[in-house]
Amino acid sequence: MNTRIATAAVLSSALALAACQKKAPEELPPPPEDVTTTTPTTTTPAGPTVGSMEHFLAAVGQMNTVVYFDTDRYNIDAEDSAKLQRQAQYFSQYPSVTFTIEGHTDERGTREYNLALGERRANAAKNYLVSVGIPASRIRTVSYGKERPVALGSNESAWAQNRRAATVTIN
Amino acid sequence: MKYLVLIPLALFAAPLAAQNQDLGEPMQEGQAVETIEEEGGLTGSVSFEGNLDDLGIAIPAFATDRDVATPANANGTAALGVELARVITSNLRNNGLFKPTGPDSLPTPAFANITSPNWATWSTRGAEMLVHGYVRARSDNRLTVGCYLYDMALQDRLVAEGWVVAPADWRRAAHKCADLVYSRLTGESPFFDSRIAYIAETGPKDNRTKRLAIMDSDGANHRFITTGRSTALTPRYSPDYRQLVYLSYVDGNPRIYVYDIGTGRQTLVTQSDNPTFAPRWSPDGRYILYSMAVGGNTDIYRVSASGGRSERLTDAPGIDIGGSFSPDGSKIVFESDRSGSQQIYVMDADGSNQRRLSFFGGRSATPEWSPRGDQIAFTHIAGDFNVAVMNPSGRGFRKLTRGWQDEAPTWAPNGRIIQFFRTERNSGRTSLWQVDLTGENERKLPTPVDASDPAWGPILP
Repeated sequence: MNTRIATAAVLSSALALAACQKKAPEELPPPPEDVTTTTPTTTTPAGPTVGSMEHFLAAVGQMNTVVYFDTDRYNIDAEDSAKLQRQAQYFSQYPSVTFTIEGHTDERGTREYNLALGERRANAAKNYLVSVGIPASRIRTVSYGKERPVALGSNESAWAQNRRAATVTIN
Repeated sequence: MKYLVLIPLALFAAPLAAQNQDLGEPMQEGQAVETIEEEGGLTGSVSFEGNLDDLGIAIPAFATDRDVATPANANGTAALGVELARVITSNLRNNGLFKPTGPDSLPTPAFANITSPNWATWSTRGAEMLVHGYVRARSDNRLTVGCYLYDMALQDRLVAEGWVVAPADWRRAAHKCADLVYSRLTGESPFFDSRIAYIAETGPKDNRTKRLAIMDSDGANHRFITTGRSTALTPRYSPDYRQLVYLSYVDGNPRIYVYDIGTGRQTLVTQSDNPTFAPRWSPDGRYILYSMAVGGNTDIYRVSASGGRSERLTDAPGIDIGGSFSPDGSKIVFESDRSGSQQIYVMDADGSNQRRLSFFGGRSATPEWSPRGDQIAFTHIAGDFNVAVMNPSGRGFRKLTRGWQDEAPTWAPNGRIIQFFRTERNSGRTSLWQVDLTGENERKLPTPVDASDPAWGPILP
């Protein structure tokens, strides 16, 4: 439970930072906590395997596995960096886990450009994680452009949900 | 398996068999069509003066000297003669060019009348032009098809040509006849005897199956190339129709493959663990352009079609993508967001002299140089997505379509017609459309399932 509380503290301070700054923070975010002393003893031995998507989701929370972008943009804003810091904590804690960042766009773009834009978004998320200490060799990126929407409507709300970089672990 | 997917180096150690896992049965290459001299050949000038779409053309069944069995038609060469005239009629009608009348509402001329029409039979039918033709089975199993165009007012032959085709290629003889009529009456280059590669789409919006498919310019002889297990996108035929380049996720990543139609083998366009997109051929088929993302930055590269080292043509920060050669191969028109949004640029074929062409408001994307060289078609994005054209100096902007999302234009071999794909709002359903340069004649192409990314090849060799 200690890690949970620590997480919440980091998260809330990051969110507070987000609230008072319009731009993404210039400074690098704080390095991940030293977790060697707090390696959790898995609460239930029958629980999800370390590194599985289920385990990753349970540890960081569904909402923290996906970052969202404005139309045609790929910058990591404060809200995104808070989510990516949460992901970084997980990947620091489990250094054997490798993962993929999937870059996506909304449907309101041409197909080829969107493939390149999705790649740029996945890379932006990857670069952030690398900047906070996750080795690039553990991170694969793939762009699906506009080919794999999660929200199916043709409206602003659906498009906003589809402009995303989703982190998935492979198991 | 986990590490095979994750470690880039391992991807390239993957055996060829794995790369091929999404391909269906290899195809037979088409046979060559032999052109033969027809009696008379080219003679008079056209008498008709007026709009070509008012020009009545009678196209009765092609005659045969002997009604014999042929692999091209279960009912013999006489039935094949009716089919030939039907294909020509629908070629001309579907493109809004003329007012053709087909064999189903016309009498069938005798074989002897093909070279000397019975004018009295046709003069009462209100047609200005008359197409006659014949089909004859040869001893070697192939077919000879002759095609004659007559001017009713002059009672004279305008043009005649014949072809020897394999039975399986009988439709090509009909397309060649339609091309002969079209070219003679309009003065334009032919376009019917050509093929289209595209992406066939099925399934719900969030789980679409996207397969590489090919068909004749009129939708006939449809074939799926990939099985659909992995997503395929953005195909382009090589100018000699022997190869297709396209994007496939067959190894889990978006990469460009060169697929050899004759052997069924495919190879990566470049040995790199970076994603590659947007493949294009040079007009002479010697080079392939592709775009590659390195660390999120996408540039355009050129590689010899026979392989070897790639040469980077752009180095602007941002996304440089696509690329379409001018017909003489000296220039490349492409797309870049270096100004902050997608716009169209032109450069010399070696990457020098890059400058922006599009200043129309909104965004401009997916430029394709006309095979005639006089126009560039592209996707104009200003609220809706529409197909537009400009001239190669960036002037003469004209919007040709009015859909909610029309994108990815491709030119007919003669540069007079443009195909593109249209996406339906909400449902995400896609379909192929074509429009002429006036923007007035727009129609949906029939495809077996939903369709996107059309790529029209040149006139068949």
